[in-house]
Amino acid sequence: MAYSQGFTPHPKISYASAAPTGVASEAEYLEIGLRESVDPAALRAALDAALSPGLDVLDAVVATGGSLVDRIEAAHWRIELPGVTPDVLRAAVTAFTAADEVLVERMTKQGRRTFDARAAVIDVDVVVPDETPSEAVAVPCAILELVVRQVTPAVRPDDVLSGLRVVADLEPPVSPRVTRLAQGTLTAQGAIADPLDADRDGAVIGGH
Amino acid sequence: MSAPSTTPRSAVANSVWPRLEPLLPQIAKPIQYVGGELGAVVKDWDTAAVRWALMYPDAYEVGLPNQGVQILYEVLNEQPDVLAERTYAVWPDLERLMRAHQVPQFTIDAHRPVRDFDVFGVSFATELGYTNLLTAIDLAGIPLLAADRSDADPVVVAGGHAAFNPEPIAAFVDAAVLGDGEEAVLEITTIVREWKAEGSPGGRDELLLRLARTESVYVPRFYDVDYLPDGRIQRVVPNRPDVPFRVHKRTTMDLDAWPYPKKPLVPLAETVHERYAVEIFRGCTRGCRFCQAGMITRPVRERSITTVGQMVREGLEFSGFHEVGLLSLSSADHSEIGDMCSGLAQQYEGTNVSLSLPSTRVDAFNIDLAQELARNGRRTGLTFAPEGGSERIRKVINKMVSKEDLIRTVVTAYTNGWRQVKLYFMCGLPTETDEDVLEIAAMAHEVIRAGRAATGSRDIRCTVSIGGFVPKPHTPFQWAAMARPEVIDNRLRLLKQAVNADRSLGRAIGFRYHDGEPSLIEGLLSRGDRRVSAVIRRVWENGGRFDGWSEHFSYQRWVEAAAEVLPDFGVDLDWYTTRERDELEVLPWDHLDSGLDKDWLWQDWQDALGEYEQEDCRWTPCFDCGVCPAMDTEIQIGPTGRKLLPLTPVNGLRVPSDAQQ
Repeated sequence: MAYSQGFTPHPKISYASAAPTGVASEAEYLEIGLRESVDPAALRAALDAALSPGLDVLDAVVATGGSLVDRIEAAHWRIELPGVTPDVLRAAVTAFTAADEVLVERMTKQGRRTFDARAAVIDVDVVVPDETPSEAVAVPCAILELVVRQVTPAVRPDDVLSGLRVVADLEPPVSPRVTRLAQGTLTAQGAIADPLDADRDGAVIGGH
Repeated sequence: MSAPSTTPRSAVANSVWPRLEPLLPQIAKPIQYVGGELGAVVKDWDTAAVRWALMYPDAYEVGLPNQGVQILYEVLNEQPDVLAERTYAVWPDLERLMRAHQVPQFTIDAHRPVRDFDVFGVSFATELGYTNLLTAIDLAGIPLLAADRSDADPVVVAGGHAAFNPEPIAAFVDAAVLGDGEEAVLEITTIVREWKAEGSPGGRDELLLRLARTESVYVPRFYDVDYLPDGRIQRVVPNRPDVPFRVHKRTTMDLDAWPYPKKPLVPLAETVHERYAVEIFRGCTRGCRFCQAGMITRPVRERSITTVGQMVREGLEFSGFHEVGLLSLSSADHSEIGDMCSGLAQQYEGTNVSLSLPSTRVDAFNIDLAQELARNGRRTGLTFAPEGGSERIRKVINKMVSKEDLIRTVVTAYTNGWRQVKLYFMCGLPTETDEDVLEIAAMAHEVIRAGRAATGSRDIRCTVSIGGFVPKPHTPFQWAAMARPEVIDNRLRLLKQAVNADRSLGRAIGFRYHDGEPSLIEGLLSRGDRRVSAVIRRVWENGGRFDGWSEHFSYQRWVEAAAEVLPDFGVDLDWYTTRERDELEVLPWDHLDSGLDKDWLWQDWQDALGEYEQEDCRWTPCFDCGVCPAMDTEIQIGPTGRKLLPLTPVNGLRVPSDAQQ
């Protein structure tokens, strides 16, 4: 592990677009600086062993240049809305996509800010669940899938939900369950590509 | 990318996690309730013969670093058929949601309901955790009163320093253990294991009786307290045969045989101490008369320099911590502290590891040690604790430090590059006058003046930090009257004026203090008897939580509750706090044996009033406090003559095979 210089050295870690608190994620990325070259597979195993169950380190590659932050262009989210029927959600989504702009408010570190939640949303879909979640038998559950472009200020899943409230008075009766499914570079077709792909091709594993 | 997977937690049959998880997005700092830290252990429920839930009754950020809980957690989990999990106090935001959604008090390791365990052990470092105990018991679904519990409820056991007078919580706990816990938890485990294996004969009552018969587990229900017409205690006697008249504290001898924690917990949320703490010795015989810890942990038992070195190496390797604290009640007193500090400093030179020695000894040697530990370039703060402002009051409290010693020591710190030192004092000490406290200002002025002269710089500071004195059981001050909060607050106001009377010097002096009110309540709880449990209950019912936190503590709530319930017993808040006791009064904890001879304590109290000092028995002959003969223990100190060898640097990645299960 490499450390910054100075009186209180900090480990060199930078997180690219970390998921907000209370949100599940299948796709978080971070860069760490090391003092010496190591086998990425061994590094992955060592980090995974030190982290809590549920925090799984899936892959590690040697960074070949460029910033990870620059490769995070969009994120794919899944929002489960127990107690909301697919029809109600579909109507709200239709109103949302029809709007040019949907202004929402959120407290940020700079105070209360108002911004557009619509433009950053590249794709939004209502999916019908193939099975009822086991904990909520007989309760309808609509699922929203979103692809959101990385902008400033970030448009988060809760901002999109605020937008649905603004355009269609959608009020989920219980807390939605949000999961980040993927993030990375945006292809011309609107798909999200693995941001580590660039390092994986032709990277010299194990350093020099 | 891959489809969403559910969190791959091991399937735990009795886990409340599915009900807890939806609540977490609605509360502050949810990470503190998640568990799964490095060092955490989750074992199979069904194959465990004895199951312990261990609690530190404060928030995760305070409770996780607690040494006592970490040690017992590890000692218990090392037993193949024993399972121990941790639980901490939940903040009011989660408490509200847990009540609304019927989620019981849970352990953070496997999120099991506390009520499912055999033993619920709670460690009290301070009495201000009592209301949090009630919250946890109640949230767990365990009846609040020990008398109402059934065989389905765990045995609630109190430990820690406050357990040396558990009478104020006697109604809520089933048992209390005095002293060191390492061997006590194993002995209790053995008794529970055998009783369960026999088919739990006689139910809860029989189990408690077996525990009481050890003579080192106090079971309050087996003792009756009679009162005199004036409210004082007449006597405390066993109410059934086979139960000892006195219960004795436990003492773990040979700390080298108990090198815990070996696998320190690495917190996931921010906590008050993020370091690997190693106790370098237990016990203290300096004899500061206000210090309960020094009185109840005798005799001094050192851990050897080589065991400390091994613990530091292995603890850091396991945890990845960058800070090591060498803890004890007076660390500079270790017989090999010089070699220990220089050896460790050498071993970790050029690394990110910083070493700290919580220092309270006022002498130049302490600065040499701090210099040694600062070799890595990271200077830790220096704190000196003269405790009393005047020579006279320091004789009363037996803190043998002269004003000249203090000034010389602090000036040495300044000339060695420290820009800031902290001085710790107490206010409200027995016999204290305004003048005693005002001398703190003169001392601080002198420190700055001498420091400026010696360094030729105006860039030096000191912080004067003042705590309120609380008389504690098993100390020579257990008979003392507390000063009223108004008196304390007035003295602190006068002191502040005196510090700032010289504007140039005053600007270099920081002033930190606590109001007198919380100390008065701590005094009620520390010297209370069984009647005080009614006050605790009333406060808790009126919303009292987290009394150790100034933003949650309400003096008014305690005063009102005391005024509501105590008159029925013919006593009041003042009776417990500002009243001086006489020699023959039966104290609520007299039947609990800390080893200290009550006659010796009384004599030491008289010596305090006579301003007569008592030497440390580590360096001078025994002064007959009574602990060693009563407990069949002895002072264990070095030197061993051994040294710490340079470390071979360990390179490469480490994949712990047994870090988690």
